[in-house]
Amino acid sequence: MYRYDEFDTQLVQERVAQFSGQVARRLAGEITEDQFKPLRLMNGVYLQLHAYMLRVAVPYGTLSGKQMHMLAHIARKYDKGYGHFTTRQNIQYNWPTLKDIPAILTDLASVEMHAIQTSGNCIRNVTSDQYAGAAAEEIDDPRIWSEIIRQWSTFHPEFTYLPRKFKIAVAGMHTDRAAIRFHDIGIEIVAGKDGKPAFDIFVGGGQGRTPMIAPLIGTAIPADDLIAYLEATLRVYNMNGRRDNLYKSRIKILVHAIGADEMRRQVEEEFAHVKEQGALALPEAEIERIRAYFSPPAYETLSDTSAKLDQAMSANKAFANWVKTNIATHKQPGYAIANISLKPVGGVAGDASADQMDVIADLATAYSFDEMRITHEQNITFAHVKKDDLFALWQKLEDVGLGTSNLALITDHIVCPGLDYCALANARSIPISQQIAECFADLDRQHNIGELKIKISGCINACGHHHVGHIGILGVDKKGTEFYQISLGGSADENASIGEIVGPAFTEDELVGAIENIVETYLSTRQTDERFIDTYRRIGKDPFKENLYATR
Amino acid sequence: MAQHTNKRATTQSVTANRLIDGEVVYLTAAGEWSDWLKDAAVADGKEACQALLAKALPFVASQHIVDPYLFEISVEDGVIIPSSVREKIRMAGPTIRLDLGKQAVGT
Repeated sequence: MYRYDEFDTQLVQERVAQFSGQVARRLAGEITEDQFKPLRLMNGVYLQLHAYMLRVAVPYGTLSGKQMHMLAHIARKYDKGYGHFTTRQNIQYNWPTLKDIPAILTDLASVEMHAIQTSGNCIRNVTSDQYAGAAAEEIDDPRIWSEIIRQWSTFHPEFTYLPRKFKIAVAGMHTDRAAIRFHDIGIEIVAGKDGKPAFDIFVGGGQGRTPMIAPLIGTAIPADDLIAYLEATLRVYNMNGRRDNLYKSRIKILVHAIGADEMRRQVEEEFAHVKEQGALALPEAEIERIRAYFSPPAYETLSDTSAKLDQAMSANKAFANWVKTNIATHKQPGYAIANISLKPVGGVAGDASADQMDVIADLATAYSFDEMRITHEQNITFAHVKKDDLFALWQKLEDVGLGTSNLALITDHIVCPGLDYCALANARSIPISQQIAECFADLDRQHNIGELKIKISGCINACGHHHVGHIGILGVDKKGTEFYQISLGGSADENASIGEIVGPAFTEDELVGAIENIVETYLSTRQTDERFIDTYRRIGKDPFKENLYATR
Repeated sequence: MAQHTNKRATTQSVTANRLIDGEVVYLTAAGEWSDWLKDAAVADGKEACQALLAKALPFVASQHIVDPYLFEISVEDGVIIPSSVREKIRMAGPTIRLDLGKQAVGT
């Protein structure tokens, strides 16, 4: 893992001191809300329905055991005993008081954490693939490049007041677990001509009220040019992005308006200009310095088969189910990638109690080299677990309600906080997720249905990624009553697609029946080994729509 | 005006969030702020509503509350009931965590 150097430490401590002073002046009545709001947003503090909300950055989702323990401590001491892990691989606390925020930030700084750039019109927390450093087909570890981008973008003076927020994601291989094509900039690491990593740069993707798939703008950009290329892209956006209309201010609108070819031309022109100045080439030594932080852990030399694992799977069906869904292949023989679902049936997607966080922290220390990753799908990944240890790990997870076997199944949803917490929401999301999960709780039924990603947003801002759900659900408000619009066929992976609205919206009471209807259409139509998304792409929207509205 | 204010509403109260902790509060007839909707002043008609909202503004200046706005209510058997789901949730707390928010405290 990356560790702070003296500059990081100083930056964060100075920011804590600065914001503590701003909070004190606000509480003393020396500055108004209009003056304070942009300052608090730059430090991750929102005002939600019931209370303030603090969003804490987890760079590319990576945490040590010590850091997770601190998140638990904050939940317990300053909040209501839990936290909410988000699609930007961050954590949000829903109930802090303003007067406690300086103390929380001080505690966070003690474990090399902060809330900087988790809001505001700046470059936000960089996200990445939770299987970084563990996936066999990886070209290069995306955490190295995410960390370099984090350092470059932190307090970048030119990009602190962009037309709108700006999100960057990095994938280390073509298989995309980081939804890179739905980011302002999505980066896919590819093999460069010189054997070094290079970067395909997708620009102008996003969700919200205008979902767009990012086109490829830069192809195989060499490693030492990465920052210069990003700088050129940001500069084109900063100069030409719209500031007159909030809804048209993201880079996706600019790219759409001028076209990918013109965007590419402008970026390349600026890139050439930046390179002429010669200031931004990444030094090889600096890349290697960062790379060293992400060196492979001290793996044991093991056989890839584990008799212990095989025996446990034979003896315990629940564990075998967990292995079937929540375990992924690791590049190192004898190791596996273990995913902890934060989607227990009846729970709140992405929420973890302080006690659970403490257990997760201890288990990461014991079983995964003291390190874990928050995923953009609101789960937690232990990237390096010995196969021999999987049963013991699962038992300990089960003890605290974290052994749910549903990764990528119909009960594993992305869910925004919705109208239960969010000041922007039009409808509730969490109860919808809970009702669907309860309907499909039977694990055999879930396994029979197979991979099916449901994503739920409580408003058009699409924090619940509904546009890219195999089944997407969008909550809308009609004269004070919640309705839910269903879209089908979205996907956030390397075969990116935006879901199509299937028809008129449903009431809360009708919604679960509608989801069952869609699943029945899939089950009765699918061919061998066809996932929901495959069937949808083969037969299209109409058969689903016909069945869904047949009785209305 | 806050986007969640219903411009056609006739019967309304004023709500805000308290500066120090973000708690949902309601303006009372006595010109104070209460945590509980039952204490809220009720205004009928456009002029009365605007007059009620105007009473809230000095508390913004004095840094007691933030973002005051009018919201639609009805009064049934003497009980004030918010019209929108949003205000029902603000009044009580998250619908999926009955142990949190005002609903956990009771009145």
